[in-house]
Amino acid sequence: MKKMIYLDNAATTRTAPEVVEAMLPYFTEYYGNASSIYEFGAKSKEAITKARETIANALGARDNEIYFTAGGSEADNWAIKATAEAYRDKGNHIITSKIEHHAVLHTCQYLEKNGFEVTYLDVDEQGMVKLEQLKAAIRPTTILITIMLANNEIGTIEPVAEIGKIAKEHGILFHTDAVQAFGQVPINVDEMNIDMLSASGHKLNGPKGIGFLYIRKGVKIRSFIHGGAQERKRRAGTENVTGIVGMGKAVELALSTMEERAARERELRDYLMSRILKEVPFSRVNGPRENRLPNNASFCFQFIEGESLLIMLDMGGICGSSGSACTSGSLDPSHVLLAIGLPHEIAHGSLRLTLGADTTKEDIDVTVEAVKKIVAKLREMSPLYEDFMKKNAKK
Amino acid sequence: MYSEKVMDHFKNPRNMGEIENASGVGTVGNAKCGDIMRMFLDIDDNGIIQDVKFKTFGCGAAVATSSMATELVKGKTIQEALEVTNKAVMEALDGLPPVKVHCSLLAEEAIHAALWDYAEKNGIKIDGLEKPKSDISEEEEDEEY
Repeated sequence: MKKMIYLDNAATTRTAPEVVEAMLPYFTEYYGNASSIYEFGAKSKEAITKARETIANALGARDNEIYFTAGGSEADNWAIKATAEAYRDKGNHIITSKIEHHAVLHTCQYLEKNGFEVTYLDVDEQGMVKLEQLKAAIRPTTILITIMLANNEIGTIEPVAEIGKIAKEHGILFHTDAVQAFGQVPINVDEMNIDMLSASGHKLNGPKGIGFLYIRKGVKIRSFIHGGAQERKRRAGTENVTGIVGMGKAVELALSTMEERAARERELRDYLMSRILKEVPFSRVNGPRENRLPNNASFCFQFIEGESLLIMLDMGGICGSSGSACTSGSLDPSHVLLAIGLPHEIAHGSLRLTLGADTTKEDIDVTVEAVKKIVAKLREMSPLYEDFMKKNAKK
Repeated sequence: MYSEKVMDHFKNPRNMGEIENASGVGTVGNAKCGDIMRMFLDIDDNGIIQDVKFKTFGCGAAVATSSMATELVKGKTIQEALEVTNKAVMEALDGLPPVKVHCSLLAEEAIHAALWDYAEKNGIKIDGLEKPKSDISEEEEDEEY
């Protein structure tokens, strides 16, 4: 089989071998229930405590503020729904943005059906939330601001510290979905005035099925799952010890290599973006050049459709993703690309390539050559391109 | 997600291209929903479709249905071509995922639009053919400038 080039690290990542190694003993050797009284169970408890400390340290948080969940979507759901329920007496208004992940957007839409009011903030053409609009949207009834730390499609890093400051000044809780950002960029919950933060293991070379919600001490949101004393009674259920150990190890690795990895990925990513822009006509980069996740590159190619591009890339062993309608299961292309002001027909031709620790310059070169060929081939098939060329010839 | 036949027609599209001075050309779909198909027909004096070509902007299913539709109408009479329904295209491709059924409808409409264009050019009426609804050529014409 041809060598695979994996450029979809924003979708998920390869579990690091060190992570798997750290997890293994907790399957067959130390399989005890962490809630048990005997010494054997304490082994599991110790491992959980260690992972919790590692994660808390990575965020500048206290270890009793980290609550393990089954992943990022669960953490987002919990933070938003439970805040809404707990603070309902204070108000029924939530502020979010138009470019959130669906775990946030659909949860907000669910709450709208249950008597809550939600403001979806616009973003500028780079995907940045407008702070003035945020301030203007605040009402006496606003109980929560939930804005992502970095966008999963176009990589925009939001001004979270400024948002946190505004939230604090108004006495409003601030939640951020950091699923894409955690392990990629430095985060400090105190400096950024973050009250709640969601993250996931498998986006940073950890295992799937594990994540956490950071909840600042003093924030009184309801328990997510009832039925046991685990996670300070807020998320009952026997702990996913192997997952927690794996996530702890993944965070330890991600944090210790962050600077060096980010610099390397940023360099490769910039090389990829400049080659595509230079060598593929009628192409554009989505999202900002600065304030961008180091591993994210997002493009649009005029006159072609993203799913066709993905299938052809896959035929060449290259894994990427697209915000085209055909990959979203609806007729509309990505809500993020529409929110930054792209017309539908441009948004349909999007391609997201997200680098990882294993990505090489050779991978990028092979990918650029493949993209050039495929885009040209699809344009040859495209009636839109035909019309465009004929019009230009007439001019 | 796609059948082998769909993948085959996507990877090796049949009759892709254009026909200069075609007897009839039809374009359906719109860029907003992400699919545009254009069919070119070359119809001889006996009403037989001698040649057919397509161009498509769209997903894998859109390309495959266009390609299959051209195969199904090539060498056929106008009446036979009219009977090529979206169902026939789908069956010939061993099925499509539910979200892609609209692509096969577009292929059927593209053939109808090309036949309509042929009928108009020649001032004839084709029994059972209605004016296609989603021809985009007029409204999109001026947007670029």
